[in-house]
Amino acid sequence: MFSPEVTSMIIQGIGETLYMTLASAFLGYVFGLPMGILLTISDKDGLKPNPVLYKLLDVIANIVRSIPFLILLILVIPLSRLIVGKGYGPNAAIVSLTLAAVPFIARMVESSLKEVDTGVIEAARSMGAGTFTIVWKVLLVEARTSLIVNATIALGTILGYTAMAGALGAGGLGDIAVRYGYHRRVESIMIVTVVLLIVLFQIIQTVGMALANRLDKRKS
Amino acid sequence: MSEIIVENLSKTFLAKDGSVEALKNVNLTIGSGDIYGIIGMSGAGKSTLVRCMNFLEAPSQGRVLIDGKSLGDYTEKELRKQRQDIGMIFQHFNLLMQKSVLENVCFPLYIQGKKKAEAHERARELLEIVGLSDKQQAYPAQLSGGQKQRVAIARALASDPKILLCDEATSALDPQTTASILDLLKDINQRFSITIVIITHQMSVVRKICSHVALLKDGQVVEQGLVEQIFTHPKSAVAKELILKDSGSDAKTGAPRSKIKSGEKIRIVFSENSAFEPVIANLVLTFREPVNILKADTKNVGGVAKGEMILEFIKDSANVEAMKQYLADRGLAIGEVTEDV
Ligand SMILES: Nc1ncnc2c1ncn2[C@@H]1O[C@H](COP(=O)(O)OP(=O)(O)O)[C@@H](O)[C@H]1O
Ligand SMILES: [Mg+2]
Repeated sequence: MFSPEVTSMIIQGIGETLYMTLASAFLGYVFGLPMGILLTISDKDGLKPNPVLYKLLDVIANIVRSIPFLILLILVIPLSRLIVGKGYGPNAAIVSLTLAAVPFIARMVESSLKEVDTGVIEAARSMGAGTFTIVWKVLLVEARTSLIVNATIALGTILGYTAMAGALGAGGLGDIAVRYGYHRRVESIMIVTVVLLIVLFQIIQTVGMALANRLDKRKS
Repeated sequence: MSEIIVENLSKTFLAKDGSVEALKNVNLTIGSGDIYGIIGMSGAGKSTLVRCMNFLEAPSQGRVLIDGKSLGDYTEKELRKQRQDIGMIFQHFNLLMQKSVLENVCFPLYIQGKKKAEAHERARELLEIVGLSDKQQAYPAQLSGGQKQRVAIARALASDPKILLCDEATSALDPQTTASILDLLKDINQRFSITIVIITHQMSVVRKICSHVALLKDGQVVEQGLVEQIFTHPKSAVAKELILKDSGSDAKTGAPRSKIKSGEKIRIVFSENSAFEPVIANLVLTFREPVNILKADTKNVGGVAKGEMILEFIKDSANVEAMKQYLADRGLAIGEVTEDV
């Protein structure tokens, strides 16, 4: 159907998209998970209430989340240059994708952890568990299903954002779709990339949900 | 075994819409090895009181002493260590739903820094004690309420506590399961000499296993002492109400609700020192006047059988006082009944 060049470009596009999505999600969790945990425990009903810390994280999360991603992409270009040496390409996109993902992930982690039954936390405290043990062995364990479901949502969202980053020359399937579909009007290539994005999204959803279900022990 | 002393304890919660005085100047002494009941209606402050006993809740005023040492003097770290000596179980069991039964019981052992193999061995012993050896690999969602509470008990015992606090531990269970959990607690009290504090709103629970009881109302202790004494001679209105509501009778020969125009009702309790004569029959013969038996129960109060009866005299009877005296002379405890039976 396509020339070998186009085919290899699409394959490379898939690789870049997956790379950007997974790397940003990974980095997003490296920073977002601790931030979500801190939001949970420093809140007023948390394990270690700390209004100053909570407010600080809360404000940071809200500011970053209120900036439209397209604007964030542009704002972050100097930062990307500083960190990865370039203002464009997949690695540069990872910087902005991560920055957008961190507060989003932190909020989802916060909501997952806050769902954990306060009775179980109380029981752990009555056994002499400290804050670290409760976070590590109670909150993260009991919220596992919800955390995985949310990670699936985060991956899907980041996948969508990579396409947007593609419009600014990040590479990946989004980049191809914009270049061929918008600038050159080669619709067949655009449709293929869109279908591939949909397939990737479905795979992430299906695997994530199956994993969440598989690991949930609450069903009898 | 450990002794718990609660001294002038008060707890005020500050809420947006004013403050709630959950406990007001509570004083209690819970002897080493006792099974001590704390009973009261919902909202009386029972949970708050028991949570002060391991400082999950810090009191606003007053002290809690465990074996003479005030919990308020401990640092956060020392307090966590102390809590390992105080097991706790709850109405809704509060198990880790994502962990197996065995891992739930291991949890407090891991907190103490025990290695996996050692923890598993100890957990298996404990599951044996509570009769759940065959459920080690099950998850809490696969267990019945009674089984979940047994897991919670095994977990609470894992750190060899000297005290076990039970907050409404049987309130979510049916009567049969309640009875078996109470038997287990009694057995644990005797076998391991653990002081047990039982929070409940059911007199039947207190009656079945407690040696002592404190009655809580609106954050205050209104009555406290031996269960037998309070059951036979309740002084406060709350005590009388709770005893009357006590539906967990062991044997019931209850008469249906009286349709007769009602006269004065009394509650009488037979104890082992009551006369052996057929009291009611003789009463009727003596006064030549019928009495209506509204309810008759035999209850097991701390291992001693007690007979309890609610009698109703005929309306406007002139003999009421004399009849009461007659019963009292024969060693029966008499109480008023103001509520509907
Ligand atoms: N954390 C809290 N904040 C505010 N009020 C509370 C809190 N915990 C308990 N209370 C109030 O204290 C009173 C006693 O509650 P509790 O000890 O739970 O009673 P019980 O266990 O006897 O039902 C109630 O009025 C309750 O609303
Ligand atoms: Mg309560």
